[in-house]
Amino acid sequence: MLVWLLGGGTAMNLLLDLFLTFAKIGLFTFGGGYAMISIIENNCVQKKKWITHDEMMNVTVIAESTPGPISINCATFVGYKQAGFIGSLIATFAIILPSFVVIYIISMMLDNFLEFEIITNAFKGIKIAVGILILDAAFTMIKKMKKKFFSLFFTVCSFIAMLLINIFSWNFSSISLLLIAAVFSLTVFLVQDFFEQKGGAK
Amino acid sequence: MIYLELFLGFLKVGCLSFGGAYGAIPLIRDVVLSYGWLNDETLAYMIAVSESTPGPIMVNIATYVGSSQAGFLGAFIATFAVVLPSFLFILLITALLKTVLKIKYIQAVLQGLKPSIIGIVLATGTYMLYGNCFSVRGSFSMDTRGTVITVILLTGIFAYKQIAKKKLSPITIIFISACLGTIVYGI
Repeated sequence: MLVWLLGGGTAMNLLLDLFLTFAKIGLFTFGGGYAMISIIENNCVQKKKWITHDEMMNVTVIAESTPGPISINCATFVGYKQAGFIGSLIATFAIILPSFVVIYIISMMLDNFLEFEIITNAFKGIKIAVGILILDAAFTMIKKMKKKFFSLFFTVCSFIAMLLINIFSWNFSSISLLLIAAVFSLTVFLVQDFFEQKGGAK
Repeated sequence: MIYLELFLGFLKVGCLSFGGAYGAIPLIRDVVLSYGWLNDETLAYMIAVSESTPGPIMVNIATYVGSSQAGFLGAFIATFAVVLPSFLFILLITALLKTVLKIKYIQAVLQGLKPSIIGIVLATGTYMLYGNCFSVRGSFSMDTRGTVITVILLTGIFAYKQIAKKKLSPITIIFISACLGTIVYGI
């Protein structure tokens, strides 16, 4: 309402909507990147329809291959898609704001934040939800993926590899895993391309 | 000058923090120890605090170190510096995305990357769910309270989907889990 009174019209409305949505997402960014995929998918793909599921997949892959947390990368991406540079600035600012305020207050007042039993107990609970949300994000992606042999092969291999990395605490990051997948799929493509061209030349 | 040091130190963290939260910890440790902003003990404490507050670890640590070293302006500068590289990266990529996605080699790479990331996310979720119900370190043992919360949450999510014909929103799930945590772990 206030925005309408200011005479900003729909453009202002969109910016305000971006700000409020990403501030809300930022407030619930617990437990690192992957849990965020569920929340962002729920808000930006299903509710607001700002981006498609396929774009969400693209930005997840990009986020993993560039520096910075997935949540911030997604905010910048969606903000830019909806309202250009200003949009990306507002969405990125909004997603960081809640954590900035919370940590700033903690750094000012509470040296023994973790000694409050009620807080640590609540977060033990949240940790469990985070695991479930990550699994939910994975199932959504599997449901929507094109089930070709090639794709399933990559999913199964990286699943097994990542599970082993976790179980044995190997010092091998998901980035290196993705790098191997990229090189492998590019090689397959180049070989196929080579034989097709050869076949075409005959 | 402390502001410049904070800016440069966290710019470095922001530039090199590939591979999610925990991948960045060794790098963050390197920077904050070399400037003497935190020691190993306070860093461990900060990681624990980060896990219990919203926001990515690297942003949380930047805000905390900035604030404890140079007040509000310090917190602002450090947070700004840590986010700046990823912001610029994504801006550049998004602006070029349409053109880049048309290149057939990029498409070939993405065809391998997309299914792989699904596998990685699935493995991370599976491992976390397992770790919440059973002890992961040392001898095999069951975490009864963790298992109780997991079962209640999963049943609740499934029941809601059957009855209301739509999914429970992730934010609601987080909220419910926090309440369950205070109750079940509080007993």
